[in-house]
Amino acid sequence: PNSFQTTFTPVSKDKNSQTAGLLAGGDTQSSNGPSGQFVARGSIESPSKVLLMLVAGLSFSTRLYKLTEPPHVCWDETHFGKMGSYYINRTFFFDVHPPLGKMLIGLAGYMSGYNGTFPFIKPGDKYENQNYWGMRGFCAVLGSFLPIFAYLIVLELSNSCTAAIIAATLLIFDTGCITISQYILLDPILMFFIMAAVLSMVKFNQQRYRSFTASWWFWLVLTGINLAGALGVKFVGLFVIVLVGLNTIGDLWRLLGDMSLSLVDIAKHFLARAFALILLPLILYVTIFAVHFVVLNKSGPGDGFFSSAFQSRLIGNNLHNASMPEYLAFGSTVTIKNLRIAGGYLHSHWHLYPEGVGARQQQVTAYLHKDYNNLWVVHRQQDNNSQSGNPDLVRHGDIVRLEHKETTRNLHSHLHEAPLTKKHFQVTGYGINGTGDANDLWQMEVCGGRKGDPVKVLRSKVRFLHRATGCVLYSSGKTLPKWGWEQIEVTCSPYLKETPSSQWNIEDHINPKLPNISLSVLKPNFLEILLESHIVMFRGNSGLKPKDNEMNSKPWHWPINYQGLRFSGVNATEYRVYLLGNPVVWWINLASLGLYFTMVAVASIATQRGFSLGGGLLMLGWLLHYAPFFTMGRILYFHHYFPAMLFSSMLTGLTLDILFRSADLLLHPPYSYWFQRTGQLLLLFSILYSFYLFHPLSYGMTGPLAHEPGSAMAGLKWMDSWEF
Amino acid sequence: SWWFQKMLQLPLVVTAQVDLLLVLVSLLAFWTRLSHLSYPNAVVFDEVYYGQFVSLYMKRVFFIDDSGPPLGHMILAFGAYLGGFDGNFVWNRIGAEYPTTVNVWSLRLLPALCGALCVPLVYLLTLELKFSHLSALGAAVLLLLENSLIVQSRFMLLESVLIFFVLLAFFSYLRFHNAPSSSWSRYIWLILSGVSCGAVVGVKYMGLFSYLLLLVVASLHTWKLIGDKTISHVSLDFLIVSYPAFSWQTLLLQNVCVQCVHRVLCLVVVPVLLYVFWFYVHLSFLNRSGPHDQLMSSAFQASLQGGLSRITRGQPLEVAYGSQVTLRSSVSQPIPCWLHSHKVNYPIRYDNGRGSSHQQQVTCYPFKDVNNWWIIKDPGRQQLVVDTPPRPVRHGDVIQLVHGMTSRFLNSHDVAAPMSPHTQEVSGYIDFNVSMPAQNLWRVDISNREAESEVWKTILSEVRLVHVNTSAVLKLSGVPLPDWGFRQLEVVADKLFKAHSSSLEWTVEEHRYGTSQEQKEREAELHSPTHIDVDRKISFWAKFVELQWKMLTVKQEESEHKYSSSPLEWITMETNIAYWLHSSTNAQIHLIGNPVSWGVGNLSLLAYQLLAVVYLLRRRRGLKDVPDGVWDQFVCLGCVCVGGWLVNFVPFLLMDKTLFLYHYLPALCYLYLLSPALLEHAHTHLLRYAHQLQHSLTHQRALCVGALAVLLSIFLTYRTFCPLTYGSPELSAHQLQGLKWRDTWDILYRRR
Repeated sequence: PNSFQTTFTPVSKDKNSQTAGLLAGGDTQSSNGPSGQFVARGSIESPSKVLLMLVAGLSFSTRLYKLTEPPHVCWDETHFGKMGSYYINRTFFFDVHPPLGKMLIGLAGYMSGYNGTFPFIKPGDKYENQNYWGMRGFCAVLGSFLPIFAYLIVLELSNSCTAAIIAATLLIFDTGCITISQYILLDPILMFFIMAAVLSMVKFNQQRYRSFTASWWFWLVLTGINLAGALGVKFVGLFVIVLVGLNTIGDLWRLLGDMSLSLVDIAKHFLARAFALILLPLILYVTIFAVHFVVLNKSGPGDGFFSSAFQSRLIGNNLHNASMPEYLAFGSTVTIKNLRIAGGYLHSHWHLYPEGVGARQQQVTAYLHKDYNNLWVVHRQQDNNSQSGNPDLVRHGDIVRLEHKETTRNLHSHLHEAPLTKKHFQVTGYGINGTGDANDLWQMEVCGGRKGDPVKVLRSKVRFLHRATGCVLYSSGKTLPKWGWEQIEVTCSPYLKETPSSQWNIEDHINPKLPNISLSVLKPNFLEILLESHIVMFRGNSGLKPKDNEMNSKPWHWPINYQGLRFSGVNATEYRVYLLGNPVVWWINLASLGLYFTMVAVASIATQRGFSLGGGLLMLGWLLHYAPFFTMGRILYFHHYFPAMLFSSMLTGLTLDILFRSADLLLHPPYSYWFQRTGQLLLLFSILYSFYLFHPLSYGMTGPLAHEPGSAMAGLKWMDSWEF
Repeated sequence: SWWFQKMLQLPLVVTAQVDLLLVLVSLLAFWTRLSHLSYPNAVVFDEVYYGQFVSLYMKRVFFIDDSGPPLGHMILAFGAYLGGFDGNFVWNRIGAEYPTTVNVWSLRLLPALCGALCVPLVYLLTLELKFSHLSALGAAVLLLLENSLIVQSRFMLLESVLIFFVLLAFFSYLRFHNAPSSSWSRYIWLILSGVSCGAVVGVKYMGLFSYLLLLVVASLHTWKLIGDKTISHVSLDFLIVSYPAFSWQTLLLQNVCVQCVHRVLCLVVVPVLLYVFWFYVHLSFLNRSGPHDQLMSSAFQASLQGGLSRITRGQPLEVAYGSQVTLRSSVSQPIPCWLHSHKVNYPIRYDNGRGSSHQQQVTCYPFKDVNNWWIIKDPGRQQLVVDTPPRPVRHGDVIQLVHGMTSRFLNSHDVAAPMSPHTQEVSGYIDFNVSMPAQNLWRVDISNREAESEVWKTILSEVRLVHVNTSAVLKLSGVPLPDWGFRQLEVVADKLFKAHSSSLEWTVEEHRYGTSQEQKEREAELHSPTHIDVDRKISFWAKFVELQWKMLTVKQEESEHKYSSSPLEWITMETNIAYWLHSSTNAQIHLIGNPVSWGVGNLSLLAYQLLAVVYLLRRRRGLKDVPDGVWDQFVCLGCVCVGGWLVNFVPFLLMDKTLFLYHYLPALCYLYLLSPALLEHAHTHLLRYAHQLQHSLTHQRALCVGALAVLLSIFLTYRTFCPLTYGSPELSAHQLQGLKWRDTWDILYRRR
């Protein structure tokens, strides 16, 4: 049909292009927004500059004030400060977030003379004379840019200084935004990149009639860079990528409908965006990881999460320039690592499976950390005594018995359901001093090997087939409940398909009777490391399940400012900082969301066409940064709402401005002007006054708690759930 | 009369048009779904689950099932009722033989009927989507020969009922939409659609997504209607001018407001009312206490016959000083329990070396026990009996609680609790003379005093006990104590920093006015049952809200099932479910779909999306490949079918519960609806250009031949899998091996 279409096209194209062109013209006019016509662009230039300076001044002063207070570790500083130190010490660690944020913190610490020696053990530890202000200052400076960006974004979207100043004021005087910017956290860095990406996207949208000019390219590339930055700090950055992606798709759709552009032009537009918004961020993102791996070259606390090959890169790891017997032999003591990424070591311990979970025998699990309980001894079917002379090598197809070194129980399986994966069989530790039964026998197979092939340490992929039932030793990747110490389930799978979950490798190998040979383990290439670290990160992220006794914050709590987070201090005598939004600001935001919906609904039903108030983009941003949390199973905290709160505040600026200005629909000119001014002043006053009331939340408070008389915060505990 | 005479002059004519194809597929559908329905005469798969509820219906015993709203269960119970089932059958294992007293046929009849009716419905629905009878026949055949749908219809399960109502809702809505706007009868279809929506949501919560999709489609149509300038808003003048033959009918039907209101009434208000109505029937039907009473509040339990109401009937309503009470925790997680104490002290040191007060243990105990009794004492007076007249306890009063059997005072102090060290220990106070004074004053804080009253009432009031010295609140932490605490649940006092939660609240369940001052007499009194007359009722709305809330929040321990699967496995049918295995032979029933139809469905889903993208891009460039009418039809097809597939599939990806292959069946039906329609579209519009080319008709013919070949192979695969669908004839192990088309399927072989 395609080839045939060509005969039709000249006719149809001619006829349709006119109407379509008209349609496109209509589109662009309406999408310019109604507010665009009210204010001439030129006239707002000078006051906006002055206001911008004002916003910047206020923003920096509120965030840098009392920056070094309290002089001890607050809340998550214990993680991110520690990780910053790791970069300075070049120690490898594992974290669920991508590295950029922590790298920047480390860099800021390094530049400000912090030497990376502070241990950051727990919140409340005194910094003494460590240079911690550099890291805090860096975060605070990035946090100070948020109101400035908000000002510029709203100005760009609405062309109204009033709207922009409202948005900026909301953010400047929000205690929550101040608190979250003042400490060594990833959030200010993340939000900086998110806002910068949105700002450059909005600027880029304004360049639409100057395609391919220098400024067009500048904002496009800048958007891409900021996207990479946002994703490089936390995976929440994905949401802003989706926002920019949707905006770009809309943009391309508009261009596609523009009949004055040839297909070649459209292809150019498409390729330019694909380069700047997909390829460039991807390259930058990968570069960040490359730097991460180059900088962190010493063994550290995160090793066990990664495969044997990965570990061999790290100086100080026992696999770095490893030296051990090359071929597995009977009588050797080994650790056995699952080949699934972040699969863990085959592990057992004295604890039994609880009643009701299969047979009440000793647990066998997979464990991610290095531990003496990961050691197993390889035995022949029968003999337990050590032979004299050179031990026999284990070969493909040999029957082995794996004895747990610490508990002398044998790896065992039988026809009971596994604890979590009900389709599989349970694996236990059974027998005493190596004496068990026929269910302790496993046939060892080298993947892709033939009968008689020896088993190479580290390099061979092996499978353990259970003799009696014919199933294969398998790590399901599911986390056992409390009784299993939240380690990973190990089962025996009757499905014999070769997957990494059923393949293992021998990692440590100790046999004094065999000569040690220096092994140059196959060094993994960069892409393999990248993929592996991502899978480990995602596993870690989804593994952050709320614990039983822990308070889990619910997403619906957040917009109503239901409950905050204690950053520092609990009791009356301590210096307390409490992360809680300025309730006036937050509740204005909440009301404006509703107001915006109503305005859109009324306006669009009245006109029944895609009438836009210009805030659609911000609304979308808010939704994208908020709604996904409802589907997340991991543990959530109040501070996850802050990116969404930025969008909400900008939307408020826009909505309230339109609301004030629509007063002239109801009132006559002088009154409407007064109404407008009164409304603005009232708003400003209430924000300032509430900031005055609540500022101790951010800048710290001591003395009695709020529910007791004589407290600085007396009478301000408006909701029972606030904990200050 | 003349009217009668005139009648006789007219010929008496009945004109009937019968769509023979429709009749034929319907008959086949009935034959495939209903034949040998009572075979196997044994409990098959989830019948064991639904059966217990059917039995409870027959006995009118109250239960909670969090798997779905009550309509589905009621339909199954109705079938059982028709067959005279008396509820006396123990549903304990799959494969158990039904006794002759159970009419298996009637148990399975209604789901099977619904399953059979799906086939003609799909036929009609395709017609309403404005595709030809041939397409309609294709869709019907796909559904007819789908083994998994047949299996799912033939047993006492709910999927076929759900699918039936979903299809009915869409069919009747489209019927309404397509009917000429002047006819009154079309509103019957709209109402029918609303009723079906109510039923869809009433059968399973998953139906909610289909309902929302229908609402989206309907609001899109309404949106168009609002934009249609030829229809007036409400103005009469305009109507009279433009329609010379003005009538009320045109007024009511033609103006936009009225049209919108009609739709909202039928598609929103009716389903919501019906949904509540199912619960009304459910609650008014099940009026006896039963196994799930414990999950409900005391007030709810007291409204059921037997159970708590038998105990609490005749109790005094107002709690007074001197009252003897049992205090039940308002939270039913992990298990409902009562405040309890016994003559054993906390160990001096816990396992982890932390110390305790070594005073008497206070716990929460999940069984009725004489040690659950507490006496409410006025701190200012010594006596433990009720005055005449009784002095009721009010919100804000300070009381002491005395344990009935041991006479220890309920006490708390700044000692860490055994299992939750961040909270305070609660104990029965013993004075060891170690400068640890008694702190046994508690303030009564009635949290629902707005709804009830300032006076503490039995069962109705939810009370927090606030420790006066430390302002901590008595709380059930829910952590089981180790052996020294007899595995009872820990009770602590927690500072009211944390969120409001019902674990802080307690209700008085059993209650009597104490009359004996002497300890020995009092112990005897505590052992005796309570009785004085007071009657109390709870409104339907309160019951409805509580039941609905409990259904949505009760979480049963979800563990993996042997046949559970993940949603992504459904698309390629990597998994199956063994429903039944004969007790001695290899005859067995499996939920396995027809692999060929499954593939056809997936292909058409892909093809539609591809085609839609190409169309959209080309239209945006002004190239209209198909006329506007056809485009609308194409879009409508996508909205219903692809949309239906999405809303019935994507939510499962986000769900955290045990899922089975049968959850995919509703989504699958949408694909079967899509396939023939898409084929017809391709045939008439994509190959339209072919007539100008040399191989004009060959393409179309090839398509027809291809379609026939696919249909034939669908029929053959259906035949092949029939033994696993109907459970007969028995196959040999070798033949079964041959049916294992995928390695991941579990087919059972009996070892002989």
